[in-house]
Amino acid sequence: MAEIPVVTAETVTVDVNGTTYEREVEARRLLIHFLRDDLDLTGSHVGCDTGNCGACSVIVDGILVKSCMLLAVQVDGAKIETVEALAEEEQLSPLQQAFSDHHALQCGYCTPGMLMSATALLRENPRPNDEEIARAIQGNICRCTGYWNIFKAVKAASGQEVAE
Amino acid sequence: MTEPTTVAEPIVVEEAETKRGYAGQSVPRKEDKRLVQGEGVFFDDVKRHNMGYVHFVRSPYAHAKLRSVDVSKALEHPGVLGTLTGDEVALLTDPFFQISSPPGAHLRDFCLAVGKARFVGEPVAAVVATTRETARDASELVEVDYEPLPALTDAREALADDAPLLHDEAGTNLTWEGVYEWGDLDAAFAEADRVVKISELHFDRFNSTPLECNGALVEFNRGTGQWTIITNNQFPGFAAIMMGPAMRVGLDKLRFVTQDIGGGFGNKITSHPQLVACCLLARKLNRPVQWTEWRTDFHLSMSHGNERWFQDTEVAVKEDGTLLGFRTTALDDAGAWLRYEPLGGVIWAQVTPGMYRWRHIRLDFKQVTTNKAPVSPNRGYSRMQHLWFTERVIDIVAQELGLDPVEVRKRNYIRAEDMPYETPNGCVYDSGDYAKMLDLALELVGHGGLEEKRADAESRGKLLGVGIGSTLDSGTNNFGQSRLINPELQFSGNNEVATVKLDIFGEIVVTLGTTPQGQSHETTAAQVVADILGCSVDDVNVRAGHDSYWNSHAGFSGTYASQFAVTGLGAVKGATDMLAVEMKKLASVVLGCTPDDIELAEGFARMRENHEAALPFMALGAIINANNAGLPEDLDVTLNCRYVYRPPFQPPDVERKFGNLTLTYAAQVHVAVVEVDPETGVYEIVDYAAVDDCGKRINPQVVEGQVMGATAQAIGAATHETFTYDEDGNLLTPNFYDYHVPHALDMPPLKTGNIESPSPFTSMGTKGMGEGGGAGIHAVCAALQDALRPRGNPIVYDSSNPYHRVWELLSDPESSRQRVTVESR
Repeated sequence: MAEIPVVTAETVTVDVNGTTYEREVEARRLLIHFLRDDLDLTGSHVGCDTGNCGACSVIVDGILVKSCMLLAVQVDGAKIETVEALAEEEQLSPLQQAFSDHHALQCGYCTPGMLMSATALLRENPRPNDEEIARAIQGNICRCTGYWNIFKAVKAASGQEVAE
Repeated sequence: MTEPTTVAEPIVVEEAETKRGYAGQSVPRKEDKRLVQGEGVFFDDVKRHNMGYVHFVRSPYAHAKLRSVDVSKALEHPGVLGTLTGDEVALLTDPFFQISSPPGAHLRDFCLAVGKARFVGEPVAAVVATTRETARDASELVEVDYEPLPALTDAREALADDAPLLHDEAGTNLTWEGVYEWGDLDAAFAEADRVVKISELHFDRFNSTPLECNGALVEFNRGTGQWTIITNNQFPGFAAIMMGPAMRVGLDKLRFVTQDIGGGFGNKITSHPQLVACCLLARKLNRPVQWTEWRTDFHLSMSHGNERWFQDTEVAVKEDGTLLGFRTTALDDAGAWLRYEPLGGVIWAQVTPGMYRWRHIRLDFKQVTTNKAPVSPNRGYSRMQHLWFTERVIDIVAQELGLDPVEVRKRNYIRAEDMPYETPNGCVYDSGDYAKMLDLALELVGHGGLEEKRADAESRGKLLGVGIGSTLDSGTNNFGQSRLINPELQFSGNNEVATVKLDIFGEIVVTLGTTPQGQSHETTAAQVVADILGCSVDDVNVRAGHDSYWNSHAGFSGTYASQFAVTGLGAVKGATDMLAVEMKKLASVVLGCTPDDIELAEGFARMRENHEAALPFMALGAIINANNAGLPEDLDVTLNCRYVYRPPFQPPDVERKFGNLTLTYAAQVHVAVVEVDPETGVYEIVDYAAVDDCGKRINPQVVEGQVMGATAQAIGAATHETFTYDEDGNLLTPNFYDYHVPHALDMPPLKTGNIESPSPFTSMGTKGMGEGGGAGIHAVCAALQDALRPRGNPIVYDSSNPYHRVWELLSDPESSRQRVTVESR
């Protein structure tokens, strides 16, 4: 094997859910591992190595991203929102409440990423139709629900009628 | 020899005095509040001071001798804390206990490859470092000198004289074989008007790919010699009996802790080898170690579902479609190791006749090892393969005899009035009405108007097809069936444990032995407790997950094999009934009456006739726990009750391979409607109905959620998901790029329905139902065969039908048809 290069590190300053963090970070550290391991924000999850599953989805400067597809050093100066920011003082957001009401989660592992994708959708499109919902969460894999109840929950959270 | 089991007696658990209202309601889930806020605790969320990260070095060869494994360069790398190799493992541990009788019994399976690697991805060494990234980098510095050997990747070639031999100790790749025969095959074939012969059907290799991969945080306590294993293993009882003897320690030295688990579906039962490696490393390095499996590692190495070939099938059938019997050979590909196998060689027999009344059945089960990832339970484990086979047989027979698949099913289904029904091998189907379920499912897809829809599809250049998948979800295993695999084994029956206590401030606290992965145990357990104690679901605190320190587990504790509604809730009910008796007894002493004068309601123990004479639960808890002076000496009340639920099983008759193998039989009937583009083979599921019967439903929303999930997984397996290997043993689908699980845009419209046929054998009429029996696979295969009928009657012979396979059936129907012949008698 070739020699492994010397590790480089940089200082990163980010605002995550309203708190400013400054950390020395290895240049190759992924944003998801920065959030989970360095900042102890373990709500966002890791479900794959390839950017397919979406369990790590967060919002960076208003844009939905998969945090395993960015390096931590790339978000220096950014404002990041994670699942931990959705509820206010233990009061669930309408979307979180709708996920529970419509049984849109079972094991709950994909849920944080799913909620962030749906949050981003509803900001852009407050009354999405079924196809728009499916399109918005197609980058989030759920192995428990078959998505049907997730469609319902997102629709209900947007104040639309949901057939039971 | 034991007497054959006939119809089991209903379980006797003392009945609660009243039925109140929570059971049967879709109460909101207790688990949700933490999970929707990202406040669940999954194993990878837990950290310890100074913990090291484990990365496994994996074989790039499907089959290779290990000439040497040199870790010296890795150890020199900054940040590396230590390593583990197969040579060390062979000294420090014994091979894992083998379930199989010989020759499978002779396999020498360790937590790392010793001497030889047998599949791509098999761990050959482990590296621990201060960060995940460093461990991964340094693992590339481990120098392994491999001597590649020819690889065996097709089970059908495993028995050839020149086939590569995986396990020298076994002397053969055929590690287990069992011939099962019931009824009178000769008579059945003599009576038949037609014999339908099917040369080969193939059930493909896939698994449920839970979104969270395997892993653990392992700590070693040097003073006590005990390991604490914070993990997502879903069957700690099984892991313990595999790990303890291998590590040469008693089971009390292995403390398993779980909280939230990100899906399991059976795929998290056999992580014990990696857990042993972590235990050895935690001890060796004197620090906590953490292992999180990468997705690619999961696909390469963990828990593939059993791939099975059904060969030389012959079906005896009457002219009118009455099925008499069948014989077949099931060739099962176990992969490289028997980590839970060869239990798949008997588990299928829980559903021997499928849902049909044929009585004459012979199945020669041959299991072989190959240079692929080891198989282990996967949602629908081993029954799904067999039920897919029986459903394929039904549809092929119907097609070849020109009969209506609906009518053939109705003619042969076990009837509601036959219940409880004893199968040819002594299993007892407890209840159900399959014909009614089929009617309901057909109604949901508008079966009456299908010919119009077919014509409409045709006008758009599409081929429309309708297919039925009738299937069973047998639940609550009788582990005595393992003796049909290996008569030396001393397992039988089943159990689960719950404790329910009333604490000092009146808190009701429930602990379970189970390891839920989304099945809502906290919620459904609380519903049962609240109904018995006369309080609200919110008053019941069910601890999340499993901890050996709670002492609320037994040998079979875990969450697997469709049983919580029976074993888990049976234990909860038993413990709560005991607590209710004690609360009444205590209240009667305080209030000066008899226990029979007391009722539990609205959070009080009160006199039935005088509700003013009442003690709040808090008072009862305080009296026993903190204010007990002056109580009668003989008052036997602890307010901390432990109950072990034990289903009513007998060991099966090993000679006849006969006995009741599972307690309950949930049923599913699905109907899929597909439209196929005849030019390309691309198809779409345009309508879908799933009808379920799992007896009494404690929480209908939770049940329906499981039905939906099982449906989605089955659709994925039928359409795209496959673990495909090339001839050198490389997995071609090692991550979610290549292994396509259903996404939101893939989902068809879904209609659900249900009927409730309470089980007469369980305390609440419930049945386990989480696995779902793979109905979607059967239904999609049947629908495709129906759709392609006008194009030369091709036979759908594989469980996995991606577009290219459908295109092959369209372009060359004859080669699939060569698999089937019909003889008239």
